[in-house]
Amino acid sequence: MVMFKAAFVREWRLLARQKADWLNPLMFFLIVLTLFPLGIGAKPNLLAEIAPGIIWIAALLSVLLGAERLFKDDFRQGVLEQLVAADEPMLFYVLAKIISSWCSTALPLLLISPLIALLLGLDATAWLAVLLTLLLGTPLLNLLAALGAALTLSADKGGILLALLILPLYIPLLIFASAAVDNASLGLDYSGQLAVLSAMLCLALALVPLAVLKALKLNVG
Amino acid sequence: MFKWLDPYAKPETLYRLCGLWFPWLMTAAFISLLIGMVWGLAFTPADYQQGDSYRIIHIHVPAAIWSMGAYSSMAIAALIALVWQVKAAQWAIGAIAPIGAVFTVIALFTGAAWGKPMWGTWWVWDARLTSELILLFLYLGVIALSGAFADRQTGAKASALLALVGVVNLPIIHFSVEWWNTLHQGATITKFAKPSIDASMLWPLLISILAFGLWLAALTCLRLKTAILQNEQHRPWVRQLVSSSLKSSVIKEG
Repeated sequence: MVMFKAAFVREWRLLARQKADWLNPLMFFLIVLTLFPLGIGAKPNLLAEIAPGIIWIAALLSVLLGAERLFKDDFRQGVLEQLVAADEPMLFYVLAKIISSWCSTALPLLLISPLIALLLGLDATAWLAVLLTLLLGTPLLNLLAALGAALTLSADKGGILLALLILPLYIPLLIFASAAVDNASLGLDYSGQLAVLSAMLCLALALVPLAVLKALKLNVG
Repeated sequence: MFKWLDPYAKPETLYRLCGLWFPWLMTAAFISLLIGMVWGLAFTPADYQQGDSYRIIHIHVPAAIWSMGAYSSMAIAALIALVWQVKAAQWAIGAIAPIGAVFTVIALFTGAAWGKPMWGTWWVWDARLTSELILLFLYLGVIALSGAFADRQTGAKASALLALVGVVNLPIIHFSVEWWNTLHQGATITKFAKPSIDASMLWPLLISILAFGLWLAALTCLRLKTAILQNEQHRPWVRQLVSSSLKSSVIKEG
């Protein structure tokens, strides 16, 4: 627990000092969302229909954008080497990293989701569905993005490779989340989709941190 | 069992074994491919509904089956590589991945070519098509990751991990895509429901499936041989092998 707290506090201190790390993905999210109405046309009906898909794709890309830097600095500065060499369980470090990355990249998206709903003409029920799916789905985005970041840590061209590896794994999430919002905007029940999202989240929470740990050790060598 | 299996994982032994198996596998694959293709493409009766164009099934179905079979064997190799740290299993991943990717491309291409006359379109966002496409993306990810590192060993291990993550995800992707498809459209496929296949068409199909499997195994042996030589080039047995084969070629030319 002491290890976890120390790692967590360190992450937050770093985030407070490097504001670009969490501000840039947020701005990217907003800009991508603005591009869609400009590109597709601003008819309110059309926008409300495609809004769930757009919101989710934008969220997915902005989390991916923030993920590349997740372990990079620690790798370059030798922090990871010290952690591997130290005889302490590294899982706490990985968990603190993932949780703080969720707080810094996904939580802001949740907070500005009412604004997004206004921009894209979603009503209150659809907004609630967007909020709930983001709440359940974004931790999964962060977990898988952390895995991608850890796998490509010492690769030559990490950034684009990370997207190539992780985007196919996001597909189930995208399908269920946008189906839930679709159902909500039609006034149908969407608790089933939320249940599937929670199940996927539980599975990922149990397995992904271990895979991240393995990938980090592998890259440090 | 592992005590019995372990010596075979030694690169030198494995290299010999692959060299031993390759000609047999390739010959068997070639013969069965010839029989399956000629029988399937020329001698089976035409389908009562789809006419002659159904014959592409003899390429499409084996390629699709083995694109998934190759992924499973890759994932098994990845498990062995990560759990028991068997180096040869790591190399096997790199050997299988491109073959599996090509099989996936063949399945997608023949599927599109079959879909055009039957469904009137090259591509439908149907569950099976979509999950096959995603399978291709997973293969490409494994291939790209294994080549992305300056250190070959790290690349092999990372792609092993990715192959395992992919195999956990594959059923989730498959069922979510199926579920998504049945929500939006269902009629596309049921309209063209497969008639249970007649024995005269089934036999050549089974032979073709066998042929593609043998072909996969043969190519894997060949690629694994190359991978072993590449990764073990500093070892004495490889040097000995190379110098002796150089000598014999010099003698032949001289």
